[in-house]
Amino acid sequence: MTAPNLIVTASPHLKDRDTTPRIMWTVAASLVPVILASAFFFGISSILVVLASTLGSLLTERWLGRPRSLRDGSAMITGLLLGLSLPPGIPLWMAALGGFFGIAFGKAIWGGLGQNGFNPALIGRAFLQTAFPVAITTWPTPGGNFFALKGDLFAFPFMSPAADVVTSATPLGLFKFEQKLTSIVDLVLGTTGGSVGETSAVVILICGAYLAWKGYLNWRSPVSIILSVFVLGQLLHWINPARSADGLFHVFSGGLMLGAVYMATDMVTVPTTNKGRWIFGACVGAIVVIIRVYGGLPEGVMYAILIMNAFTPLINNFTHPTVFGTVKLKEAK
Amino acid sequence: MAFFGFAHGVHPPEEKGLTSGLPIRRMPYPAEIVLPLRQHAGKPAKLCVKVGDYVERGDPVGLADGYMSVPIHASAAGTVTAIDLWPHPDGSYAQSVHIKVDTYAMQAARPRLVPRWEGLTVDQVVKAVQDAGVVGLGGAAFPTHVKLAPPKDYQVHTLIINGAECEPYLTSDHRTMVEYPERVHFGCRVMMYTLGVTKAVIGVEKNKPDAIAALERTKPKDLDITILPLTVKYPQGAEKMLIHAVTGVEVPSGKLPVTVGVVVQNVGSLAAIAEVFDTGLPLIERIVTVTGHGLTRPANLIVPVGTKLKDLLAFCDGVTKDAREVINGGPMMGMAVSNLDAPVIKGTTGIVVLTNDEVRTETVYPCIHCGRCLEACPVFLNPSWLGDLARVRRYQDMADNHLADCMLCGSCSYVCPSNIPLSQLFQASKVALRRNQTAGAA
Repeated sequence: MTAPNLIVTASPHLKDRDTTPRIMWTVAASLVPVILASAFFFGISSILVVLASTLGSLLTERWLGRPRSLRDGSAMITGLLLGLSLPPGIPLWMAALGGFFGIAFGKAIWGGLGQNGFNPALIGRAFLQTAFPVAITTWPTPGGNFFALKGDLFAFPFMSPAADVVTSATPLGLFKFEQKLTSIVDLVLGTTGGSVGETSAVVILICGAYLAWKGYLNWRSPVSIILSVFVLGQLLHWINPARSADGLFHVFSGGLMLGAVYMATDMVTVPTTNKGRWIFGACVGAIVVIIRVYGGLPEGVMYAILIMNAFTPLINNFTHPTVFGTVKLKEAK
Repeated sequence: MAFFGFAHGVHPPEEKGLTSGLPIRRMPYPAEIVLPLRQHAGKPAKLCVKVGDYVERGDPVGLADGYMSVPIHASAAGTVTAIDLWPHPDGSYAQSVHIKVDTYAMQAARPRLVPRWEGLTVDQVVKAVQDAGVVGLGGAAFPTHVKLAPPKDYQVHTLIINGAECEPYLTSDHRTMVEYPERVHFGCRVMMYTLGVTKAVIGVEKNKPDAIAALERTKPKDLDITILPLTVKYPQGAEKMLIHAVTGVEVPSGKLPVTVGVVVQNVGSLAAIAEVFDTGLPLIERIVTVTGHGLTRPANLIVPVGTKLKDLLAFCDGVTKDAREVINGGPMMGMAVSNLDAPVIKGTTGIVVLTNDEVRTETVYPCIHCGRCLEACPVFLNPSWLGDLARVRRYQDMADNHLADCMLCGSCSYVCPSNIPLSQLFQASKVALRRNQTAGAA
């Protein structure tokens, strides 16, 4: 027998086939149907916005990230999610700048993948919301020619937009400022004004269900958010129908679906334990409803998730699993 | 049929089909036998031969050194040619006795080395089992006679027999149950006698229906033995998981199973007890599964203890071209062999040859806190967090958070998508902790 070329590694010598890049790229791929659905409603503008934000975040990751960190796919997800959370008519340079800010200040300065405390895509969006409050709340009307631009997409940086755009308020804005209720069918299908990816709840749910089935997404936090928003929203609706819409409206409007399915499941920034994920989701839901009903803004998913991201280490600390054989030990004492 | 199991755990590919249908065959004697004096948990045996001595099959070459020790016996007749430090399958070097096998040795007619068990008192049986060098054959090689006589201050009510064999690839226990079910029951009878219990439960994973059928068929009428089908899951065969599956009781953290009134023994060890009382020869051979996709001809073999792995693999027509790693034991908890001169010892359950495709040499990514390890850990630790602590060497914090309960089953490393070697980190932390404690005590 010839001596084979053997190596020595530590046990276990078998390995599950799932790897971090595989999970990340699958999540990124599952966002493609969401983008396509958005293109169906808003035309080519939504694709351009997503491309711009993705380009911004990928280039930033290449520049500031660790060597070869582009391959793990996490910067791709950040870029896509950021694009999906922006209005389809936003100037492209702003979208790209958001991608830069999200990666640079949401991830790279923390130490890269796995180290960041807050969701990078939401950091990028929060920055844009603060820096360009008008551009980010200009919501074009869906429909029309596929190739018609929905806004002054190619505006130069820091020039005031020139083109006149047909805009319409989001369902949440309509309800908050004009007391007009959008029909639930429109909300579920996505034929309403809103950001690129927050419109079609049904497509997001299908993609999320696929990820959950693959085991790449923990279903507990989205379910917990949706339940808590529904219950709290419905409760406030019973108390004062003029102030709060009904529970279903809350669940299907705004960025809730995108936030619940894709952002509150970002493994890095939500609690690791299942118990912690339930708590996290319930709190996010509560904050969302409170901002929507009592706050000055029509929408609060972004802030709700960012606020709860800050509590993640605390929740982790209080929800460690009970170690095998310690329950009886306490009883004996 | 009801199935019994535990929460969490993982489902690695079983790969048992390579050998589960192959009958056990006997491997012929190699030219040289190497017997390390350290083959069991506890103190190594004391050397009792010198170079040039002629030993018969079954003669001791090392004597038990105290109660937590067993003797080592020559597995073939021959001449002691050397006593030196030799590669041990655990990766270290250990004092070993080399025997040049006498191919033409006659098996001399001589008195039984192990007495018949009928009529012996409990203490005599325990002594006989120790003298026969019987240890747990499930891998840990814990001296069996110590388990036969648990501390008097505990009331043992159930004997649990571990036939789960949850490690992928391995089939030696499976074949033992299929081919020698009477031996399992006989060993069970001896143990129930010494423990003074009336109830025994044999837990078998339900992926071995032939083993369950064979055990049911040969079950003695006068003993209360239950054969319990268990869910197929890793690590079902871990002592605490098995006890939980059978009795529904959690063994308290840091305590021995005897505190909840059970003793766990592996089917291979029971068959070994039966065999030594049956043949009158001490434990000098064992059943080894030699398998893996990197091996030309997988087999279940009766191998003389001390056979070099090199000879064992050669007997199975060698390894294939893409063989990359040789594992002593199962692929989940077994150790990679660094030297094929190392011998088969009493605790060698199997030898698995993995191919290039199976060996994990992937890039390690940062922890993304996905929580999969939390859902895999059978003892409900938080491996993700313990891993973070290990990397910054906060060993005492790890100990305060039940590092000691980690049994290094490897489930966390198996599921980790970032390929973080969690169980290796925990093993290293345990070693570091022990070193710190000894340094502190000195």
